[in-house]
Amino acid sequence: MTRAQLLADDPIWLILIKAVALLLLGALATMAMIILERKIVARMQHRPGPNRVGPNGWFQSIADAIKLPFKEQIIPDTADRKVYFLAPIMSTIPAFLAFSVIPFGPEVSIFGERTVLQLVDLPVGVLVVLACSSMGVYGIVLAGWSSGSPYPLLGGLRSAAQVISYEIAMGLSIVAVILYSGSLSTGDIVDKQASGWYFYLLIPSFLIYFVSMIGETNRAPFDLPEAESELVGGFHTEYSSMKFALFFLAEYVNMVIVSAFCTTLFFGGYMAPWPISLIDANYFNTGWWPLLWFFGKTWIFLFVFIWLRGTLPRLRYDQFMRLGWKILVPANLVWIVLVVALRAFRNQNDISPTTILVTGGIALVVLIGVVFLLPERAPRTEGQGVPVTGGGYPVPPLDLKVPNKADLKPKVRRRREKAAVSAGVGTAGGADAQKETEQ
Amino acid sequence: MSALLLAQEAATHVSTGEAISFWVLGPLALAGGLGMIFARNAVHSALFLVMTMLSLGVMYMVQQGPFLGFVQIIVYTGAIMMLFLFVLMLVGRDSSDSVVEVLRGQRLWATVLGVGLAVLIVAAVARALTEVRPLGLAGTEANGGRGNVANIGLKLFTDYVFPFELTSALLITAAVGAMVLGYVDRHVRGRKTQKELVEARFRGEHDRPSPLPGPGVFATSNSVATPALLPDGSVAEESLSRLIDATASEKLDEERKAVAGALPGPDARALAPGKEES
Repeated sequence: MTRAQLLADDPIWLILIKAVALLLLGALATMAMIILERKIVARMQHRPGPNRVGPNGWFQSIADAIKLPFKEQIIPDTADRKVYFLAPIMSTIPAFLAFSVIPFGPEVSIFGERTVLQLVDLPVGVLVVLACSSMGVYGIVLAGWSSGSPYPLLGGLRSAAQVISYEIAMGLSIVAVILYSGSLSTGDIVDKQASGWYFYLLIPSFLIYFVSMIGETNRAPFDLPEAESELVGGFHTEYSSMKFALFFLAEYVNMVIVSAFCTTLFFGGYMAPWPISLIDANYFNTGWWPLLWFFGKTWIFLFVFIWLRGTLPRLRYDQFMRLGWKILVPANLVWIVLVVALRAFRNQNDISPTTILVTGGIALVVLIGVVFLLPERAPRTEGQGVPVTGGGYPVPPLDLKVPNKADLKPKVRRRREKAAVSAGVGTAGGADAQKETEQ
Repeated sequence: MSALLLAQEAATHVSTGEAISFWVLGPLALAGGLGMIFARNAVHSALFLVMTMLSLGVMYMVQQGPFLGFVQIIVYTGAIMMLFLFVLMLVGRDSSDSVVEVLRGQRLWATVLGVGLAVLIVAAVARALTEVRPLGLAGTEANGGRGNVANIGLKLFTDYVFPFELTSALLITAAVGAMVLGYVDRHVRGRKTQKELVEARFRGEHDRPSPLPGPGVFATSNSVATPALLPDGSVAEESLSRLIDATASEKLDEERKAVAGALPGPDARALAPGKEES
């Protein structure tokens, strides 16, 4: 039986079990993610991190989850109350909805009923995830607007522009996967990767998807809608208590979704990784084992999210937009044309792989030759006078000749030493003096 | 062949689930449309339209057109309405429509064209209900052996490739046109040089040959609200910013009256004291 047929004859109780499991998965993953993020970032910054609640502070998330809903709710006077209530709901529901099309595992038996570890297998499963992410932005944008205060509004505006731009890059990076697998269904895409995972077959697509998935979830270094050094809290500045908790939940569930989606599209979904897949005729790819591989791969991506947050500084807004529109989108379009051309050639059977490789090699050589023929950009003319470093501060020239003390006459030397003592010896004093003379 | 017959039967017969979803989504879509027209706030209007679009998208899915449904949600709700919201937020949250009509006779034309559109739609729906034999979209067999998505793709790139390209050309033209209109260079008509400006001022093309006098800053205080004094000691009215002067004086008006004792005192017979002016 195919995947869709297996899912179609699921009894109601099985569907309910799956739906509740997915809901729990989102909430539990969020709690685990919060404590892990705090612990990992703390370790990266050489500090202990949360260490009060429970053994070694590992119950901190539970304490937070209990505390947040019981805090006082504050609604600003200027808020548009209806939209203010609607916004957190609109950002949370689509996040959970996207879980329904992710294939977590192959055919298993639950209480004697053969089924697949997936809620639904739509023929347009990939589009469901995209639609959910595009609906989730409404929550952020409306939260920013309805708060009736300038910082959230700026956060909402940024978020709208950001998600529109990065959704294009994300959608285009999926096109190559669809071309290779010939299907929009997430289950089919995983099945088609049995012969080879797409992350190395379609490296550019994977890289672009990876960048845009971080942009899409508003995470560092692309967390401009909630840049705390610029916009206080961004779109959720005016939110408190349960509504804030919902935004928190939506953000982390979205991270889990894009990671799981990335696993599905590029990393073979629930399939066992290479050395393990050789054992016992791929025994570890049957039954409940694939669940382990799926979550393993997903958590690697979630770790990378945290890692990036601990490593990279936030981008400026115009740099971020330039990256999206001028690098990711055009590179993606070129790559898609290339993939289409390759597939069109391959479909005509008389062309062998060697021919393709040779043609590609020649094209590459010609391209490199053309690049060499291009006139080089004129070297930057250095400003006359004071040399300036990258930081814009005037510094002494590198070949500055420091007069040797021994060469000076004893009288001069004594006078200079006296002056240095009275002015305070040290590089700082020297630098200050230099700066003052420059001004 | 049996699948085709089944599909035909499915197309003529409305299942319970379909009926329920229609009676839930139909009123929602209609309410969204009405709400969009009658909402006072522009953002609320946009949200009502989002509701209508979402209901339509789900209806497409119920009608076995999942691709169309999700594309409706991604493109219309996700991208286009988001752009609308973006513009509305840039315009400001409290701005509402002005009642001044810019286009003359637009109500008449709107009525005529609206009625025309309604007639067209009714005619098309009536024809679809009577003359066209529905095949249904369920199953891969009913679509000539291919699925919903594959069929749309095939049609788009074979039979309808020219209209498709034409539409994209239209959209690109619109985008380029918007950019050209949006980024009009204001210096094309000739920005006046300083010399030309001075000559124009002295020819009397401006109100006065010199700029307005500045405030009397540093003479007595460092506030820009300080008026400049003329040689005879009188205040130079032109040196006062109308904005600053007006706001300050309006704010302090009541207070000044209260100090002068010009405000009416509390009514002795009323239970509540006189309204405290702040």
